[in-house]
Amino acid sequence: MLIIISLIAFVLAALWAVMTRSLLRSAIALALTSAMLTIVMFRLRAAMAAAFELSVCAGLISVVFISALSLTHPLTWNEIRQHMKDRLSRFWYLPVIVVVVGFALFFLKVTPEFKLPPAEIEKDVREVLWNLRQLDLIGQVAVLLAGGLGVVILFRDKEKK
Amino acid sequence: MNTLALTMIWPFFICIILVAIIGLYCLLFTFNLIRALIGFEILMKAVTLLIIVAGYASGQSALAQSLVITLIVIEVVLVTVAMGIVLGLHKHYKSLDVRNLRNLKG
Repeated sequence: MLIIISLIAFVLAALWAVMTRSLLRSAIALALTSAMLTIVMFRLRAAMAAAFELSVCAGLISVVFISALSLTHPLTWNEIRQHMKDRLSRFWYLPVIVVVVGFALFFLKVTPEFKLPPAEIEKDVREVLWNLRQLDLIGQVAVLLAGGLGVVILFRDKEKK
Repeated sequence: MNTLALTMIWPFFICIILVAIIGLYCLLFTFNLIRALIGFEILMKAVTLLIIVAGYASGQSALAQSLVITLIVIEVVLVTVAMGIVLGLHKHYKSLDVRNLRNLKG
């Protein structure tokens, strides 16, 4: 039951992140989406990935978004009014599409009893990550280095003449 | 993956499809660069859940988790660099609206 509630909350939080006017609320809704996804992943016996999702996506990415928002200037009242009218005309279709597609998919294949399959003996994720997916780790290090270099280049000050 | 497993994971697929629609819609219809990044993030959440559910249903949960960890690392780096580019554009144009970013003279 908890997993169904978490799935519904996951979709609703994603919808809120897109529909809300304020970008700050949008960033908070994104963190909430990550938190709901963490619960679902934890229930699907993916505890390590869930911990990563919670610490990195709900924590670090929210901090990045909120920091970026604090560095941008807020809109004036006239801009907000124009923006709201403009946004409403573009975004009011989304809840309708989500509800229609959700109902269509739900009635396409109804599941009267939802239950998880029994636990299986599986490999340890650390064993898979460190022994079988070593190339992925090298790729991760390369991506992190490239990202770090990119941020340094993007945020460096212009040299004084 | 047998039919029974498919029946059990059907609610997950409904949510994955709905969240992917929400993310894609946001990417297609927004003019704000930060909201476009939020749409991208939502799309990535749908992909993350898809990988985890696929790993769960096929009994390869450890492999799915290692892939998700890689995905999260790439996602973070991409968002950070994209945010740096967005802030650079905001500094230059004083706007986050993509309709104002049509000048590629540098």
